[in-house]
Amino acid sequence: MNGFFDIPSDLQHSWSGLIGLHLREGLLPVAAGLLLALPLAQLCVRFRWLYPPVLGVTTVLYAVPSLAFFVVLIDYTGQTELTVMIPLAVYSLVVLIPAIVDGVRSVPEETLAAATAMGFGPVRRYLQVQLPIAAPAIVAGLRVATVSSISLVSVGALIGNQGALGNLLAAAQKYDRPELAVNSVLTTAVLAILCDAALVLLRILLTPWMPRGTGDRREPAVRRARPEPEGATR
Amino acid sequence: MTSTAQSSRSRTRHTGAAAVALTAVTALLAGCSSGDTSDNPLAGEKAGAGTVVVGSNNFAESTLLADIYGEALRAKGIKVTYKHNIGSRETTYGLMKNGSITVLPEYNGSLLAYLDPEAEQKSADAVNAAVKAKLDKELTLLESSPAENKDSVSVNTETAKKYGLTSSSTLADLKDVAPEMVIGGSPEFQTRRQGLEGLKSVYGLEFKSFKALDAGGPLTQEALTRNTVQAADIFTTDPTIVKEKFVVLKDPENLFGFANVTPLVHKDGLSRKGVDALNAVSAELDTQTLLDLDAQVQLEKKDPLDVAKAWLKSAGLA
Amino acid sequence: MNVLDFAHAFFSDGAHWHGYDGIPQRLLEHVRYTLLALALAALIGLPVGLLTGHTGRGGNALAFIANAARALPSFGLLVLVVLLIGFGLLPVMIPLVVLAVPPILVTTYEAVRSVDPSPVDAARGMGMHESRILLQVELPVALPLILSGLRSAAIQIVSTATIAAYVSLGGLGRYIIDGLYQRDYEKVVGGATLVAVLALLTLAVFWAAGRFAVSPGVRRR
Repeated sequence: MNGFFDIPSDLQHSWSGLIGLHLREGLLPVAAGLLLALPLAQLCVRFRWLYPPVLGVTTVLYAVPSLAFFVVLIDYTGQTELTVMIPLAVYSLVVLIPAIVDGVRSVPEETLAAATAMGFGPVRRYLQVQLPIAAPAIVAGLRVATVSSISLVSVGALIGNQGALGNLLAAAQKYDRPELAVNSVLTTAVLAILCDAALVLLRILLTPWMPRGTGDRREPAVRRARPEPEGATR
Repeated sequence: MTSTAQSSRSRTRHTGAAAVALTAVTALLAGCSSGDTSDNPLAGEKAGAGTVVVGSNNFAESTLLADIYGEALRAKGIKVTYKHNIGSRETTYGLMKNGSITVLPEYNGSLLAYLDPEAEQKSADAVNAAVKAKLDKELTLLESSPAENKDSVSVNTETAKKYGLTSSSTLADLKDVAPEMVIGGSPEFQTRRQGLEGLKSVYGLEFKSFKALDAGGPLTQEALTRNTVQAADIFTTDPTIVKEKFVVLKDPENLFGFANVTPLVHKDGLSRKGVDALNAVSAELDTQTLLDLDAQVQLEKKDPLDVAKAWLKSAGLA
Repeated sequence: MNVLDFAHAFFSDGAHWHGYDGIPQRLLEHVRYTLLALALAALIGLPVGLLTGHTGRGGNALAFIANAARALPSFGLLVLVVLLIGFGLLPVMIPLVVLAVPPILVTTYEAVRSVDPSPVDAARGMGMHESRILLQVELPVALPLILSGLRSAAIQIVSTATIAAYVSLGGLGRYIIDGLYQRDYEKVVGGATLVAVLALLTLAVFWAAGRFAVSPGVRRR
């Protein structure tokens, strides 16, 4: 029992089961983060004074290491997937809010004025003009949030087999089987790359008017170099 | 930008959105900013009636024992689910109390030291009686197995040679040299009675420093072998003691007390049939058997569940 | 008890302020890991980013490498390296450097690429050597963005260095891991607070560095 795919019985999942679990624990928080970030970001666009304090609070939250988050949450949500997913949703929020705010703010005034002149109400203008134009920036934020979230799920292994593929790391250590750690790292990395690629594809589909390729080359330089929203594995 | 009418209309919308978003964020943050730790949010986690949840701590032998006890229950037709690898006793005891786990393989004296650090440990029976007196009223200990796995302070060959320590040396012999030594153990060893606290109060040992490793796992073995630490908390059933020629120091004051494998159970969760099944397992299990089974898992890298099933079968328990 | 009470209890306990497990020592260790990892990552990321940015070649290859490096889970990498080569400082540096190189590399490349081409052409027309163009024309203009890449790398290192404690090293993560196993929330919350404060201090340091190092002409832009 020391092959690459011989998963110890105490993880109670097959390799593919762990992958499914990992995707759920990693992607649901990003989706939840996006759902929360959209209205919050819109508020920050609307009320400019709100943006700095929101950014401040989220930056502080972001600086809290994930493990500390998990440990404190155990008392409230138990040793469950939810305990892992809540902090990941918060981190996604932190990455997504600035991405959306900058994206929506980059919509030129003339474009907005034109939409208004065409009789668009604020909601329709938001959905049909601002969001599509902001899509590349939002997807860029989603890519960082997703890759970071997938990587962070592994840390959940430390609170009792809640880290999906990360549980392989704890098992690798417990049973001194390095090949399980190799499996964990490679599988997680491949999952992250595949999800990242899927988001690039999504951006190409959402913004047929943009040139293909990964970079947003035509954007102003300052904005182009900004989007390095931090994605960490604490 | 927009006309006044539109702008005011959109403002009301945004206020609504603001309320929703703020509520959501508050709900999210409430979890980490307030509340009383005595709340029991795990209530919803209790397993359904009739299902026994067997838990284990974060080291290989605990997983193996949980598998042995769990599979013995299964052999009697009881529905079992596992919650493996949870963490240290400090965590699992809380989960036992609130009923998230029904059965946990424990070590009687180590559990007593956790519940009552000052308790003297004179005999296995006295220890069990003392534990039962201190246990939460919903929990109880079943019969102890003769199999024993204690914590121990062990030194590597280099240290043994340097200070002339042999297998007949005791912890008291470290008194003068401890300040030159780094001791390693699981993070919880640092604050436990059966750890730095007791070593200081019982034997007067004050080490140079403490290095947090793992619960007798590969990190501990490696740190001791490579002399990163000179002494470490090693489980007495650890097959590496023989392999690496570690010297286990004697414990005349019985600080590490008794450590017989004993199932800790939640009273409501287990039927008479289940109790009998677990007691039958404990009666069969002795220290030599445990050593053999540990070696199969830790040295031969067999899967603990397979090892558990094979042993239960050979012992006529499944 | 709420989080603030835990933090207060942690910081007002005198025992947490001295010795090998005291706050000053753990803070020092954490800063040491951070600086070392940042220096190593900058040593790799800055020259490569500057050169590729200057020549404009290899942008796609860089993006590919950066994306791949980002996909590697730091915690997994740490456990893997420890299992393979044993513990010590090196296994902790590897995941931290892998984590920090992509932001430095990509931002530096983009920063140099986005420098207005006219002053560069002017410098070239004046007969400046390519290395002087890079260091005296492009670098000062690109500096604010390069600093932002370094800053984002530093913040990530500060919070990620906590995992070093899982493989028995020191640093502020020690309090979080020990607190988990000892079920001691004071330690967990205290450790997390210290990490967050250190991250904010890092932001402040980079803000100050920006004020000092960036030429006023560039800053006013």
